[in-house]
Amino acid sequence: MRILSLALKRLAASLPTLVFILIGMFLLLKLAPGDTVDALLAQMGGADAKVAADLRSFYGLDMSVAAQLGNYLWRLVRFDLGFSAIYGKPVSTVIIERLPATLLLMVSALSFAFFFGLVLGVLAARRVNRWPDTLISTVGLIFYATPSFWFGLMAIVVFSVYLQWLPAGGFEDITLGHAGIARTLDIARHLILPTLTLGLIFLAIYLRIMRASMLEVLNLDFVRTARSKGLDETRIVTRHVLRNALLPMVTLIGLQAGTMLGGSVVVESVFSLPGLGRLAYESVVQRDLNTLLGIVFVSALLVIIINFLVDLVYARLDPRIAGGG
Amino acid sequence: MDMTRRAALMTSAAIATSVLLPAGARAQETPRRGGIFTVHYATEQRILNPSLQASTGVYIVGSKIQEPLVDLDAEGRPVPCLSESWEHSADSLTHVFRLRRGVTWHDGKPFTSADVQFTAMEMWKKILNYGTTLQQFLTEVQTPDPHTAIFKYSRPMPAGLLLRAMPDLGHISPRHIFETGDIRQNPANTAPIGTGPFKFVQYERGQFIIADRNPNYWRDNRPYLDRIVWRVVGDRAAAAAQMESGQLMFSPLSSLAISDMQRLGRDPRFEVTTRGNEGNARNNTLEFNFRTPQLADIRVRKAMAHALNVPFFIENFLGPFAKLGTGPIPTTSPDYYPANMPQYGFDKALAERLLDEAGHRRGAGGVRFQVRLLPAPWGEDIALWATFIQQSLSEVGIRVEIVRNDAAGFLRSVYNDHAFDLATGWHQYRSDPAVSTTVWYRTGSPKGAPWTNQWGNTDDVLDKIIDDAATEIDPVKRKGLYADFVRRANTELPIWMPIEQIFVSVMNRRARGHSNMPRWSSSSWHDLWLAS
Repeated sequence: MRILSLALKRLAASLPTLVFILIGMFLLLKLAPGDTVDALLAQMGGADAKVAADLRSFYGLDMSVAAQLGNYLWRLVRFDLGFSAIYGKPVSTVIIERLPATLLLMVSALSFAFFFGLVLGVLAARRVNRWPDTLISTVGLIFYATPSFWFGLMAIVVFSVYLQWLPAGGFEDITLGHAGIARTLDIARHLILPTLTLGLIFLAIYLRIMRASMLEVLNLDFVRTARSKGLDETRIVTRHVLRNALLPMVTLIGLQAGTMLGGSVVVESVFSLPGLGRLAYESVVQRDLNTLLGIVFVSALLVIIINFLVDLVYARLDPRIAGGG
Repeated sequence: MDMTRRAALMTSAAIATSVLLPAGARAQETPRRGGIFTVHYATEQRILNPSLQASTGVYIVGSKIQEPLVDLDAEGRPVPCLSESWEHSADSLTHVFRLRRGVTWHDGKPFTSADVQFTAMEMWKKILNYGTTLQQFLTEVQTPDPHTAIFKYSRPMPAGLLLRAMPDLGHISPRHIFETGDIRQNPANTAPIGTGPFKFVQYERGQFIIADRNPNYWRDNRPYLDRIVWRVVGDRAAAAAQMESGQLMFSPLSSLAISDMQRLGRDPRFEVTTRGNEGNARNNTLEFNFRTPQLADIRVRKAMAHALNVPFFIENFLGPFAKLGTGPIPTTSPDYYPANMPQYGFDKALAERLLDEAGHRRGAGGVRFQVRLLPAPWGEDIALWATFIQQSLSEVGIRVEIVRNDAAGFLRSVYNDHAFDLATGWHQYRSDPAVSTTVWYRTGSPKGAPWTNQWGNTDDVLDKIIDDAATEIDPVKRKGLYADFVRRANTELPIWMPIEQIFVSVMNRRARGHSNMPRWSSSSWHDLWLAS
């Protein structure tokens, strides 16, 4: 019950921001030169003025900007995200179709980055300033400094083109017509390279944060006390230090979940995955306001939910935080 | 005439490809049934119905499922498709199409003249881009029996123009599916129902489209393929990798990076060719805004044309896929291409002299004046060409600022807001100058219509030639009028079209029976097959 009321409070506090962002996005896209009919004409390779005028009235672009915005907000109040100009379907359907790929990619990349970032960060902290630390930090820096599209393309060249181990792109291989468990495995195979590409950059960040945070906690008084009790080093690290050092990591995940939702445009493009990032990019290029605002809305909801979960994890890790409510 | 076309085809094909097998040896093979053909789909469209949208992005999928009344043969001449034969009245006001019997839609209903009547009146005349202009004077389509459609026009419609436009602008949709409700919102626009060799199965946005073999197709024992899968791949480098890993077998219409096309052309697994795309010729343009005072002066426009070393640009940036352009009608259109038209070779000294004469002396820093150049965002060649224009014009003292926009922004800025001095993009030639080309030159076009004359000039002489040619019935006189058109266009130079390109296909060599007509990417692929 307490969790529920906390969740509702959070949601209420986020609402004004959300509305502000939606209106801002609407106006920004309206300020960009050209509308969705211009984008459509570019695809069509031209049409006469009457066709263009017909299309504008078909997409409701013959109304004033204020009326369009008013309509949009009024629909939103009734939880109607409107109709997508590119896809000719309700925006909610379009987003629900794209959500699985995005969430799958995000969860797998985050888990990969979190797990290996944690392990490598701890290893580096325990061998600080010795060769394992130097090696791990250098590799991390390389991952961090490499653009993800390059990583992705190189991974495709090596693993798909030369070695032919993994598929070069797509979400699944429809020419095989798999079902059930075979299909799941096929999707997993398709997700290996994108997960690594997206995960490596975050891995680099996590391992650096973990290393720094471990080093800080290792110098605190309670660790010295634990050592003086005669506990062995592994036990100190796993039982005492890790739990305290995890707090900054958890904060970071909450922040980066949002980045990952939108920031996987590059990875989705390189690996031809049907995710939200590419959808957002396309809706900007095609000036599809409803779809873009729908994505912003759904992403914002997801970020709010993730941050709420992060708060719950805080409370688990450090009971003092829960006391503050 | 055929020799010219053949010669042109042979040269471009020979340059672009290294042929492994002699063409004759391959023709001996017996076509094999079966197999899945995977196609690179670079830009998803909003709809797949070619009766409503005329664009290569629609044809690459839709024309396998829906068919036109008339198609083209290997030499680019009109041949029967859904229409078995046609007749024209002497005054060119009436055109009779005799329809093929025994053809059924994919849902089993018979194909009749009612479908043709409905598609022509409700779709081509009202919605289809380029169709609305072509069919402007179509008054009615009479259907005396289920296998005859009689097109009635209020002004003469040249038979050659109508037949040549039909393969692109003549796809038929089923009346029984579209007659109720809003045509634009009909679900069959993204799940098309046609008479073609392939039946639509599934479309997952952002991922793939599947179509399967139509067992009841009217051509006996066709198609050969079991299935076509179009994979949506937006990233060009990723698409090249998928061609190499075998996930894609065909990348149409220059959808890969120029460097990748050249690289794959040296790989024996692929055929990289302009063959089969002769109907999709395009010119790189230089468009002038006459509202900018300097550019209203013909001497300045000529000076700019003379300042560009086009052969150098083609050789170093575009490679074997492009050649010197000579004006708005490309060499791939032998019926209308006029030779010996006014040209503007590279001559820096002449360019400087013309600019001096026009009163634009070099000022501080050697600069005569400054202009904005808006490049269209499609095609790597346009970005390279824009930079080349910038550097070439700075050599003769004109400073060029490049203003980049995305597709919607570019069209709006140039063709509606007129917020440009120079613009550059593609002029895509569509089988007849009256369909695609004269609109670039005919003045008086309402603003907001992309790829029309938005230059702010007036030219009564050119307008009259264009209008006369559009309704001229005699093919010989028509050709003469279009020669006058190009001569006038190249003299007054409201636009300069100095580069001619044909789209490039990248094909896995397992594919057979492909690229055998000038609009092959947009054809039905009923005779395409895969070697084992």
